[in-house]
Amino acid sequence: MLELAVKGNKWYWGWMVVLLGVIGAGFGLYLMQLKFGLGITGMSRDVSWGFYIANFTYLVGVAAGGVMVVLPYYLHDYKAYGKITILGEFLAIASIVMCLLFILVDLGQPMRALNVLLYPTTNSVLFYDAVVLNGYLFLNLVIGWNVLEAERNGVHYQSWLKPLIYISIPWAVSIHTVTAYLYCGLPGRHFWLTAILAPRFLASAFAAGPALLILLCLFIRRFTNFDPGKAQIQALAKTVAYAISINVFFLLCEVFVGFYSNIPGHMDHLKYLFVGLHGHGALVPWMWASMIFMATGIVLTVTPATRKNETSLMIACIVIVLGTWIDKGLGMISGGFVPNPMHQVNEYAPTMPEIGITLGVYAIGALVLTVLYKMAVGVKEEIHD
Amino acid sequence: MKNSRRRFLQIAGVSALGLGAKPVLNAFALGGGKGYHVASGEDALTAEQWAMVIDTRKLQTAEAVEPIIEACNKIHNIPTAIDNKNHEVKWIWEDHYHHVFPDKTNKFLDEAVEHKPFLLLCNHCENPPCCRVCPTKATFKRESDGIVLMDFHRCIGCRFCMAACPFGARSFNFRDPRPFIEANNKEFPTRMKGVVEKCNFCAERLAIGKMPACVEASNGAIAFGDLYDEHSVVRELLKENYTIRRKQTLGTEPSVYYIV
Ligand code: SF4
Ligand code: SF4
Repeated sequence: MLELAVKGNKWYWGWMVVLLGVIGAGFGLYLMQLKFGLGITGMSRDVSWGFYIANFTYLVGVAAGGVMVVLPYYLHDYKAYGKITILGEFLAIASIVMCLLFILVDLGQPMRALNVLLYPTTNSVLFYDAVVLNGYLFLNLVIGWNVLEAERNGVHYQSWLKPLIYISIPWAVSIHTVTAYLYCGLPGRHFWLTAILAPRFLASAFAAGPALLILLCLFIRRFTNFDPGKAQIQALAKTVAYAISINVFFLLCEVFVGFYSNIPGHMDHLKYLFVGLHGHGALVPWMWASMIFMATGIVLTVTPATRKNETSLMIACIVIVLGTWIDKGLGMISGGFVPNPMHQVNEYAPTMPEIGITLGVYAIGALVLTVLYKMAVGVKEEIHD
Repeated sequence: MKNSRRRFLQIAGVSALGLGAKPVLNAFALGGGKGYHVASGEDALTAEQWAMVIDTRKLQTAEAVEPIIEACNKIHNIPTAIDNKNHEVKWIWEDHYHHVFPDKTNKFLDEAVEHKPFLLLCNHCENPPCCRVCPTKATFKRESDGIVLMDFHRCIGCRFCMAACPFGARSFNFRDPRPFIEANNKEFPTRMKGVVEKCNFCAERLAIGKMPACVEASNGAIAFGDLYDEHSVVRELLKENYTIRRKQTLGTEPSVYYIV
């Protein structure tokens, strides 16, 4: 099927060249980071995880979000999704590739990354995270590739795939649960120390993943001869509507517990994020933007008229992707480190090289996604000819 | 005699745990930093769980704590010349009461307490969350005496332990620390960029029968001994004085006690 990815018009190749350029620049910056150390980032003794881990966390969500098309199709026999499960699976592959790269660029000694497997440490959540992420990547590669190939040959996919497909559904939930457990089991990090963190991560994932998928479907319909389908997009939109509402509900639960109990440890991080603490408030405008984005997303996806109109749906999906990215990416990770364990405020902001490396990783993800989608769409076009 | 034993301590790249798989690891170990051998000579000091009692009544001013911090910095090759606050490496340092004990701060506090310096260092917790989260066992609690140690050759620099430590006791080498070491001690390994480090309760000194450097430099203000030996100096002090610990409600069981 790879041959489908090497046939393309000038837009396709132009896009690839742009991506390769960004990847090249990001790689150059990464070499700089390797030479100097993580000191070229904005991270510090107090905020010891930053942009890389934030984007990692967000993309685990996008990867898990792919299950929102797989599950209805295979478990509820919702036939319409048969057309687009492959898009969900391929989106998951590209996201996991980015996740693994973000972990790698975040390591102080990346050449030793394999130590995680050489000294398997079963009390470390990071060990399980490595296992579930790689497992999910593997599952989606095997399933996606074989199902697509079978579709191309006009046959039913191999029966041994069926158990793998069923396993992949809870597995998707597991990747984001384990990722939340990285944070929510740490004593003394009150912002994360909440049982609702994993559910909240999942809610935001099931909003962001399908929202991104809708945008990709709209793009594919506009620029290729394959139409993912109106009914499919509408069904996805309903998933987004529920998930984004639940996500905001969970956030409000956190706010209630923090402020009604009036326990400083629980309030301080939220205060830092939304109103600033001890005169520091770099994230305040971002967090409010995120709230406005997510609220707009809720209004547009819950209201039937704006959900059915694909232009307003597109706007809704864009603001939901942005809103959840700020919420989970920017706020969740660095917000958890401020104030520090000594209740001092030491803020974090990513540096230019850090952003450059991040863009490089995103470009690799986009490249993987482009190639995979090119093949998927190519097969779909062949069949419908 | 002492000297040769000390040199023996410098043997590279071997630490107490995971000796079996070490050859595989060495293939991945980069940089020139040396691990330290934690085997002990015949006059090594031993304990079930080392603990420390800091008598802050005897440490009223910045001048009183300075030589203590300096003693540690010097013998452990701490890169004290790093001027970027974000990249600071600290094993033992000082701060105000309300930062050290944020959960025990009254609005109106004894003025002397409010203004005197408090020493901070790794608590060598009995239930250390840093060790619980480490994906490589690069940081581990030594069974024999409860010291929480680091294997600088195994650490992948994921900084999970920094997120897990509720006391801010850990530092990451955001850059090569070697150009920033002011007093180079040839008998203790320097670290490389990309690994985490922290106070080791002077495991290398205990192994040759010496008390930790900070204890030695404290003029009797810091006591060190076995928490589970009821005749040890720390137990005597705990018996006779009211002591507090940092954030003990989190259940990590810090082994550093403060007399206020
Ligand atoms: S003080 Fe922090 S670094 Fe030291 S043992 Fe306790 S949790 Fe670990
Ligand atoms: S930074 Fe090193 S010591 Fe800390 S958790 Fe990661 S591997 Fe373990």
